[in-house]
Amino acid sequence: MSDYQHLRDKAQTLRRHIVEMTAAAGSGHPGGSLSAADIVSVLYFEEMRLDPDRPDWPERDRFVLSKGHAAPLLYAALAERGFFLVEELKSLRKLGSRLQGHPDAKHLPGVEMSTGSLGQGLSAANGMALAAKLDKLDSRVYVLLGDGEIQEGQVWEAAMAAAHYRLDNLVAFLDYNGLQIDGPVDEVMSVEPVADKWRAFGWHVIEIDGHDYGQIINALEEARGVSSKPTIIIARTVKGKGVSFMENEVGWHGSAPNSEEAEKALAELIEEA
Amino acid sequence: MSEKIATREAYGKALVELGRKNKDVVVLDADLSKSTKTALFAREFPERFFDMGIAEQNMMGTAAGLALGGKIPFVSSFAVFATGRAFEQVRNSICYPRLNVKIAATHAGITVGEDGGSHQSIEDIAVMRALPNMTVIVPADAVEAAQAVTAIAEMEGPCYLRLGRPKVPVIYDNDYRFRIGRAHVLREGRDVAIVACGIMVAQALAAAEKLEENGVSATVINAASIKPLDEETILKAAAETGAVITAEEHNIIGGLGSAVAELLVEHRPVPMKRVGITDKFGESGSPDELMKHFGLTAENIVAAAQEVIARK
Ligand SMILES: Cc1ncc(C[n+]2csc(CCOP(=O)(O)OP(=O)(O)O)c2C)c(N)n1
Ligand SMILES: [Mg+2]
Repeated sequence: MSDYQHLRDKAQTLRRHIVEMTAAAGSGHPGGSLSAADIVSVLYFEEMRLDPDRPDWPERDRFVLSKGHAAPLLYAALAERGFFLVEELKSLRKLGSRLQGHPDAKHLPGVEMSTGSLGQGLSAANGMALAAKLDKLDSRVYVLLGDGEIQEGQVWEAAMAAAHYRLDNLVAFLDYNGLQIDGPVDEVMSVEPVADKWRAFGWHVIEIDGHDYGQIINALEEARGVSSKPTIIIARTVKGKGVSFMENEVGWHGSAPNSEEAEKALAELIEEA
Repeated sequence: MSEKIATREAYGKALVELGRKNKDVVVLDADLSKSTKTALFAREFPERFFDMGIAEQNMMGTAAGLALGGKIPFVSSFAVFATGRAFEQVRNSICYPRLNVKIAATHAGITVGEDGGSHQSIEDIAVMRALPNMTVIVPADAVEAAQAVTAIAEMEGPCYLRLGRPKVPVIYDNDYRFRIGRAHVLREGRDVAIVACGIMVAQALAAAEKLEENGVSATVINAASIKPLDEETILKAAAETGAVITAEEHNIIGGLGSAVAELLVEHRPVPMKRVGITDKFGESGSPDELMKHFGLTAENIVAAAQEVIARK
């Protein structure tokens, strides 16, 4: 466990940024940002080939935040990875900021694709993976999907296409936190049996605990060994992970903590780190 | 005009009342029922409410089927997703067969605020207006929004009702009667006519006051019924004032401004100016900041009025 201390530290730092940013903005989406913080830490601080000084380097790996409302998580990772100053995180959602409420690729370096309208990110990731293959680059493409998000039909059109074109340079993560806005995913519109669905669509499926660094790293390693198929890593997560009063609470999907709540949250996150 | 209520709030309440009176009313939402306020209907009539998950295209098609089964479906999501994501389903499954589906979309325009440009529909009036068989209504306040719910339920055929997120001033008292195809003249003047819809009606009224102080008398027309447009009322105002401003929380391309320009250029060309978003996407910020940033204030209307009057 201690092997992953640097990742755990990073993830907690990202979580603190998420709390501070949304509190400062007075709006935003903490729940689904916190649930994917461990996955994104592994991607940005272990897995992906990136150069913050050259955000348009053709050989870089790509990350598409298909569940674009988790923008605070992406911004925190980009800042910590050196794409821009951590200071700028404070400008989230303010008029004129590069840190728009949902990621805006034309303004912020490191953001590969503008997202926010759910269900569109996997298609764009497919396009990036196809382009890498055409150019014979060994770039890999990662995409993060929400469990509510996969109710969108376009996700399944993209799922079919990724398998058809044998996109083995593509890895999707499903942030399976069990909650959307109107309630539990199972009650709103069940996506089960989710692993079987992806398998039936021709994907290599790996099921993990999305807060276990060893499992995340092993799954990514396994995905590298898969040929002629895209891989999806179905990661069981806890929405609001790391902040006790946000965990598994549907209400924290899209509301920011007030200053008192933020303080409480930060205290917990510092204690854990 | 001191009270402020969001039009989506008025929609949610009106829908519950409608549901009590008419058992054929059914409601569909795509995982946004708390925001669109259809949750109020869901609470009272759980058997007539369908959460379709995050799947707007399927939701529109399902509403079409419910309409074919004799129901009166009200379908809600954010305006961007209802009109954009599901556009072609709205076109071919609802408008083409002229089905009795009511699309009530909330969070229209830039006053969505901090969520930013991906969530701010600035083109929804344009695309809905371009569809044959579609009726397009943009209420100015909570009273008109509630009345529009009743009015569109009473008519047969597809409708688009455009609603907002923030609390906005209440302009009308409860005696007011909204009618599809009728504009409402709020104020009569001689020098310029301001034709507005949605939250810009309140700005138009404020602009008219300011103009008055400068000795300019302005007609203010609420054109909530964008399609069908009340051509007679607008042409009459154009004839009486000889200068027209339109004001809308929407791109100046394709919305109310375009509808009025199309009318005037064919029947009574007069100097005209469109106040609206000048072909840009929205961005993050507070609704008030964004109204200023995109030039949607009473001051902007005043400046436009002075400009067209000078061109007479
Ligand atoms: C096309 C579209 N429809 C609706 C929304 C509004 N919306 C934002 S987040 C969300 C729920 C997402 O749930 P999930 O994918 O499970 O995300 P997570 O739990 O990871 O936050 C919805 C419905 C949207 N952004 N895009
Ligand atoms: Mg979820």
